[in-house]
Amino acid sequence: MIELPSSAPAGVITADVRKSDLGCFPTREQYYGLVGAFKADGFELCADLCGVDYLEHADRALPEGVVATRFEVVVNLLSMSKRQRVRIRVQAGGDEPAVDSLFSLYPGSEAMEREAFDMFGIIFNGHPDLTRILMPEDWEGHPLRKDYGAGRVPVQFKEAPGPR
Amino acid sequence: MSEPTVRAAERIEPLIVETSEGPQGLQRRGATPGSELGREVGSVLRVDGHAFDPSSIDYERSDDETMIINMGPSHPSTHGVLRIMLELDGEFVLRAKPVIGYLHTGMEKTGEQLSYVQGGTNVTRMDYLSPATNELSYSMAVESLLGIEVPARATWIRMMMSELNRISSHLVWMATNGMDLGSTSMMIYGFRERELILAFFEKTAGLRLNLNYVRPGGVAADLPDGWEDDVTVICDTIDERTYEYDQLLTGQPIFRDRMVGVAPITAEEALALSLTGPLLRSTGVPWDLRRTMPYLAYDQVDFDVIVGTYGDNFDRYAIRLNEMRESIRIIRQCVAMMPRGDYRSQDPKVTPPPRARIGESMEALIHHFKLFTEGFHVPQGEVYSAIESPRGEIGCYLVSDGGPKPYRIHVRAPSFVNLQAVPLLMRGGSMSDAITVISTVDPIMGEVDR
Repeated sequence: MIELPSSAPAGVITADVRKSDLGCFPTREQYYGLVGAFKADGFELCADLCGVDYLEHADRALPEGVVATRFEVVVNLLSMSKRQRVRIRVQAGGDEPAVDSLFSLYPGSEAMEREAFDMFGIIFNGHPDLTRILMPEDWEGHPLRKDYGAGRVPVQFKEAPGPR
Repeated sequence: MSEPTVRAAERIEPLIVETSEGPQGLQRRGATPGSELGREVGSVLRVDGHAFDPSSIDYERSDDETMIINMGPSHPSTHGVLRIMLELDGEFVLRAKPVIGYLHTGMEKTGEQLSYVQGGTNVTRMDYLSPATNELSYSMAVESLLGIEVPARATWIRMMMSELNRISSHLVWMATNGMDLGSTSMMIYGFRERELILAFFEKTAGLRLNLNYVRPGGVAADLPDGWEDDVTVICDTIDERTYEYDQLLTGQPIFRDRMVGVAPITAEEALALSLTGPLLRSTGVPWDLRRTMPYLAYDQVDFDVIVGTYGDNFDRYAIRLNEMRESIRIIRQCVAMMPRGDYRSQDPKVTPPPRARIGESMEALIHHFKLFTEGFHVPQGEVYSAIESPRGEIGCYLVSDGGPKPYRIHVRAPSFVNLQAVPLLMRGGSMSDAITVISTVDPIMGEVDR
């Protein structure tokens, strides 16, 4: 069982996730402070950062007190000295999702935040270069959003009538 | 304000040599003034204290003294479709910016349309040089959500296959790295030895690449008859040949000149950039998930974690070469200790009925049909499962809403994260060193772009 570092912002909701990991559910205001507290507490590596679009699951199971929003940013931190992982799920907002960038704490989150911006349109305040990373720069829309269609290219089979 | 200097490891020798006509040669790279290099503000270098102080940049310098070169996306030494924008001063790299996305095929979006049974075919195509580790991290995530146990034999088969895969991946790395440095012999040897492993994969899984062999619940098929002999031959051959690579490359003066002391990185920088795998271990951080957070049965086998000292190209080479020997050690133990029993879970939820039952039982036929059309339902929840791939930590973040398809599948690709080290490693080095940097970072573009 992992506990929150003592310097963490007051009132962060936590829950156990699978075996020995800890899940934290900070608000957008608590998010940056909480990650900073974990970093000071020996979590050296920002292992992963990604976005999730819960468009169809507004009433998903969350600990009591957490206000669910459409977008979540999920951060997995890793402590090498303690051999522990911690997962931080921050509710990033609905219409205009935005959270603070972790760049000044973990420069390695740079590409991951750009990917989350590219795929979900989540804004990371304070990110030095928040541009598209995987999609072309003039692309419209954010492909991993649930209301973004998967799209199909009509395939012309030999001898078959074409799409028109 | 600290004067920015060229990044060079301590052990680099002065390039000025005494000749009969006086001292000759290039100026030491460390002696290059900071103003020549102070144009680097690559995005990952902006953090104070790690690499570079932005306020020390010489803004007065005019732009026509430098040259912007676009390298890639289809350049032979970028190992795929990596594009790098380089700002050069003569032959030296001031700035480098990797531009990715040329192989983006929306695999995470595709993963949301495929059932858990089909998901393996999707993730196996991400890191096409180590498909078994991709499948393993995905399968472990699904199994963790389902809460099913994997039989001991399946665990050991998985371990053996991932180690064989690690060897074949490192062999391709040795081959392409040799190619980048002009050693075409190494290129041919690396691919020749890899062929042994791929032939075994074909015998076991039916495919050479994109195996889809490790599946939720176990593995797709039992090992073929006589696998012990095949694997032993592979181990003996490759073990012997790693010493030939040693002779070919390790002491070779040209190879050493290109590798020793080139493109160093410190442990602090590597951790700040979230690097994992051989890149991190080359800086002296003994972090290998197989040892530090054991999964499968890695806590029951005996092997060493290879760690470097200087964090330069040569350390990254030496780590990969020696990791191949350690993998061979693990595989030999797998051969000796392989348990008997089922190769996949007998939980009917994830495992189809055996072929013989389908012909005689209607229920078995329906069950088989349902499993492969609709797939199995996975309880609600989310999980992150991380394992050690040949390139570092590969993690699978899976969100299930209780249906037969993942609600969200995200793969933490080690190459994608490790690529952030490229601007830092290239900075201040020459153009030819930039080639070795791409090579020793070992990005697999299928995994970077997904």
